[in-house]
Amino acid sequence: MGKIASSSDKSANGFMGWLNARLPVTQFYKDHLSEYYAPKNFNFWYFFGSLALLVLVNQLLTGIWLTMHYKPDAAQAFGMVEYIMRDVPWGWLIRYLHTTGASAFFVVIYFHMFRGLLYGSYKKPRELVWVIGMVIYLALMAEAFMGYVLPWGNMSYWGAKVITQLFGAVPFFGDSLVEWVRGDYLISDATLNRFFALHVVALPLVIVALVVIHIAALHTVGSNNPEGIDIKKHKDEDGKPLDGIPFHPYYTVKDIFGVGVFLLIFLFIVFVKPDMGGLFLEHDNYVPANPAVTPEHIKPVWYFTPFYAMLRAVPDMQMGALIMLLAIVVLFFLPWLDRSPVKSIRYRRWPYKLMLGLFAVAFVILGWLGMQGATELYKLMAQVLTAFYFFYFIWLFIYSRNEKYHEVPERIEDH
Amino acid sequence: MKKNILILLSLLASSWVMAAGGGSYIGEKAHTNIRSVDSLRSGAKTFMNYCMGCHSMNFQRYNRVAEDLGLTEDEMMESLVLTDAKFTDKMEIAMTSAQGDKWFGKAPPDLTVIAKARGVDWLYNFLINYYVDPTTPSGWNNLTFENASMPHILWELQGLRKADFEVTTDEEGNKHKEFIGFETIQPGSMSEQEYKDTVRDLVNFLDYSSEPAQLIRMSYAPWVLLFVSVFTLLAYLLKVNYFRDVH
Repeated sequence: MGKIASSSDKSANGFMGWLNARLPVTQFYKDHLSEYYAPKNFNFWYFFGSLALLVLVNQLLTGIWLTMHYKPDAAQAFGMVEYIMRDVPWGWLIRYLHTTGASAFFVVIYFHMFRGLLYGSYKKPRELVWVIGMVIYLALMAEAFMGYVLPWGNMSYWGAKVITQLFGAVPFFGDSLVEWVRGDYLISDATLNRFFALHVVALPLVIVALVVIHIAALHTVGSNNPEGIDIKKHKDEDGKPLDGIPFHPYYTVKDIFGVGVFLLIFLFIVFVKPDMGGLFLEHDNYVPANPAVTPEHIKPVWYFTPFYAMLRAVPDMQMGALIMLLAIVVLFFLPWLDRSPVKSIRYRRWPYKLMLGLFAVAFVILGWLGMQGATELYKLMAQVLTAFYFFYFIWLFIYSRNEKYHEVPERIEDH
Repeated sequence: MKKNILILLSLLASSWVMAAGGGSYIGEKAHTNIRSVDSLRSGAKTFMNYCMGCHSMNFQRYNRVAEDLGLTEDEMMESLVLTDAKFTDKMEIAMTSAQGDKWFGKAPPDLTVIAKARGVDWLYNFLINYYVDPTTPSGWNNLTFENASMPHILWELQGLRKADFEVTTDEEGNKHKEFIGFETIQPGSMSEQEYKDTVRDLVNFLDYSSEPAQLIRMSYAPWVLLFVSVFTLLAYLLKVNYFRDVH
């Protein structure tokens, strides 16, 4: 604690005094770290926010280094990746950190989002935190998709073709829109170039800006916790929440431990199994892009497969694209679809627990189905699960209005 | 291109179904060992002698192969480099892909990362499951890759074989072709085991060249994980110490 006291003493005099008079660095440090009071009962699920930030930094740094050795040229791109893997010193490590990082980003984000569902973190007053988070999720999807096109493998090519084709579902302007997105009549060098620009410059800027806003919005209203209890209701004479602890040093120290565990798994994959048996780096993408040869199963990387399964479940492409879009859009409205005053699943009754469990299972199975070849049985399963996915939100809207729940305590109790 | 479409159409039109999995028969595992330098050297030799006539390895350099396989420049240039290439050159071939398309209907693919695309087991089975089939344009067919356009380049080593199939018709009238076994027509210069070992070494080399860094990567793995484990343990103790104040 002595460290914090001394830093505030110094903040008025000397160099820090000079600096603080011009830029409130110390105040910023206090507001967001040393005097940002977070609930004392964060559990496992609360590691994923800081881990998402770690993975973002990893993607930015490794991405910059990859850019130094890559050319977005349809004739060279495939070879550039192999050049990085062979001739660039440590190039293989930088690339595997980036490719594994992409998958890790989605693993972390899916856990982070599910935490929100478990503890009602999207509810008042954190609606905007959730909505901004959803925008980040969307931007991340676009970023991942465009990054996947850059190695210019055959799955990059055909994946890009299928996904850009979805813009054709837009009424009236569909075909022109597809052409506008591709920059050509088909997926070509022009497409590769613009995807490179968007992947390397535009979307990272958007994501970083959104992450800053996401955290700023969170720190305005304060963090939720596994109990879903508002810690700001009970403060001591200094105005500090009784059930809160300063983010730094408590949660910085705890998150460093989380980082260690994460790195153990992450680096195991990077060094031992970077393609994860074709899950993180697909076999078909080791064949150069070839407009004349369609891969046997065109499928996106695992993190898109739940939505891909929904797209394929609908026989009509236009409707399929709409369903897929709605599946993401509906998540934006979650704060208003769930009308229960109780936040945490701990104080909600079994129907909610059961339905949320089924919803999570349905999403995972949809993800699995999206990786399989389309047989009649799988298609039927995808249709049932897609229907359930949407039913969940309708059910939630109706059920949560007069939901019976357990009484929520005033304070966070020690365990 | 035209030939591909014709093959595709003929496949679609036929009601023949290969019981061995639609021509993707994987009978045995490759059991390659990327750490065996002898196996990699033998595989490199087979590759340069038999495969590089038609297949390039455009992203791999001779000097990198020499370094990873523990060969000096002289050893490499004398025993393995059969063209007038320089030591630091990429393992390219004279035939362009346009020429390949013209001569073979479809240019023989570059094999640098083929092991990543197909997997070692597939490659191994592909190379041991050729048989004579007078009905195909090349005179060869393959259990693992039906109607492959590539002829059996290693036939002198393996010998000539024909495949026996049993054809049955199910209730719906679909004909099923079930593989029974191979019959030797003319023995090759190698025994069956010698041939399989040669192919295993070749596939091992293809696996190596699909990612030369895997040799380094795997050797670093234990040390990196050990370092992170110690870091995590210390971080955990630090965390426990700090959280003593809480509650």
